[in-house]
Amino acid sequence: MKVRGLIISAAAITIALIPFVLSDYHRSQGADVAVYAMAILGLNVVTGYTGQISIGHGAFMALGGYTTAILTHNHGWNDIATLPIALLVGFAAGVVVGVPALRFHGAYLALLTFAFALAVPQIAKNYSHFTGGTEGLALPTHTGLWLYGVGWACVAVIYVLTWLLLRGRTGRAFRAARDSEVAAASSGVSLAVYKTFAFGVSAAFAAVAGSIYVLVNNFVNPDVFGLTLSLYILIGAVVAGLGSLWGILVGAAFVQLLPIGLTSSHVISAEGVPVLFGAIVILVMALVPLGSAEVLRMAIGLPNRIRSSHDSSTPHSLEAR
Amino acid sequence: MAAYNRYVVGAFLAACAIFLVVGSLQSALFAQLTVSGLANGGIYASLGVALVLIYRATQVINFAQGAIATFTTYVAWQLMTWGLSYWPAFFLTLGIAFVGGTLVELITIRPVERRGNVLTVVIATLGLLILVEGSVGWIWGAEIRFMPSAFPAHSEHIGGVAFSLQDLGTIGISVASVIVLWALFQFTKIGLAMRAAAFRPEAARLVGVRVSWMLSLGWGLAAVLGAVAGMMAAASPSVLLQPNMMDGVLIYAFAAAVLGGLESPAGAVVAGLLIGAMLNLLGSYVSWVTPQLLLPAAFVLMLIVLLVKPSGLFGRTQVRRV
Repeated sequence: MKVRGLIISAAAITIALIPFVLSDYHRSQGADVAVYAMAILGLNVVTGYTGQISIGHGAFMALGGYTTAILTHNHGWNDIATLPIALLVGFAAGVVVGVPALRFHGAYLALLTFAFALAVPQIAKNYSHFTGGTEGLALPTHTGLWLYGVGWACVAVIYVLTWLLLRGRTGRAFRAARDSEVAAASSGVSLAVYKTFAFGVSAAFAAVAGSIYVLVNNFVNPDVFGLTLSLYILIGAVVAGLGSLWGILVGAAFVQLLPIGLTSSHVISAEGVPVLFGAIVILVMALVPLGSAEVLRMAIGLPNRIRSSHDSSTPHSLEAR
Repeated sequence: MAAYNRYVVGAFLAACAIFLVVGSLQSALFAQLTVSGLANGGIYASLGVALVLIYRATQVINFAQGAIATFTTYVAWQLMTWGLSYWPAFFLTLGIAFVGGTLVELITIRPVERRGNVLTVVIATLGLLILVEGSVGWIWGAEIRFMPSAFPAHSEHIGGVAFSLQDLGTIGISVASVIVLWALFQFTKIGLAMRAAAFRPEAARLVGVRVSWMLSLGWGLAAVLGAVAGMMAAASPSVLLQPNMMDGVLIYAFAAAVLGGLESPAGAVVAGLLIGAMLNLLGSYVSWVTPQLLLPAAFVLMLIVLLVKPSGLFGRTQVRRV
């Protein structure tokens, strides 16, 4: 516990101090890391803690992003004020998706959320009088420092919310639902309520991530929320390790900063990045299915909380059907 | 219950067939739309059968199926650009797809399967999707290429209806490739071994079937079907040859596989053709259904099928508690 607290405070202090040594451009990239951190955190709640996979989190980001864009662009709202609305819209959408998701397990849920991720941008394209269509909507511009500050403040709030949520009764219920539905149900955990709630929370976090994402880009159109975004969130979560709250920063930095680092130092071209990412996902799945969290835990000797007495090398969250 | 279900499915399919035939007799436009829809449907069907092949053997949904199809289509394009004529390039591509699909399973999926379970493999196929689609962009660039077609561009007039030869050829090739595959499974020793490996892996192993080889072979055959779908799709007017060209097609193929029952190749063919025809008619006759809404429509269809009748039209009903 001491090690964990130390790592978290060190990370928090670093994140708070970094913007003062960065250029404004790099600060907005730092804000993008915050975006991925929130989205991955959201995905982690539903996949890592209740064992429901989602490949469609880019779609929830789209909902949040469009909420912010439409409220500021068409209705003249202050952009900070749109964030709680995006959170609520995301939560509502997550509950709506979460209810049918109760019926599906493993591969089927992956299939449906994958299709959801591709369908939502098409819907945004179709109702162009509302969303600006492919031409998109412009948003107010902000300095890199503002974006960095707001982005990481949101991460901090969401992080604390998640921690409070997962440490108590709700977190136990989530994990129980993940590890054994039968045991959870017979101990009085309402699977329907908790799994739907987890989906709502998860989508709400992704929606806020989407809001910050469009603010960083100061622009939104349906292509911003393509399949790639959903896949990159998943890559981040895979690298982070499902079910771990503190691998998330590693995952977010990996997805956002590694491509920039590699392309700007001419190690590989921008076209090569997906090739590398795809290979890394496969390698992680083959070697360390629990992601960087597993590696870090092994390195510093923390107990592995996700792996229970079973000797299986994969988390129960990844068990299908 | 089972018999009752079979009658309902039969009645539903008969109603669809009657609707399409009667409509086509009534209106030349309806007939043309049906045929071009069936051509799209043939593409969804071949990719759908490819998904079913892998799902049936390992319960894994292969998200990379579309990307692999795109890759092989680019291979065909490259061969033709190097000067090969259409059919040699076509069959050479099928061969390359078979070898490539088998190798992909060996190199990327098997190591994951050995340690993981179904969902780690599913995530690995998503990694494969990113990898393969990325490689296409890396090797051939993002610009749109022109894919030649095997069939002449003009139309044949039969009874006042202009049938596009491209559409008819696409239907023919897709259906023929599925039939060849079916014959392979039904009448050859290797096909029997593959079926055995898919349904009863332990029993198959006991009688000397190399189950893991059969799985690799399955990936090879799925890649061949994907290559057929990709080459047909890229030559059709609705899809352009570019790195993400199969993303949308993959969703329709998923819808076909799910509506067909996910375990049934015949179901995927029937459902694929049906979805192709119905979506084309829907998009043309219902004014508020724009092309952008067809993909969400496929998603909604998939959702409804899974909620109401998860075994699809031809699948086996499975019972699961809790």
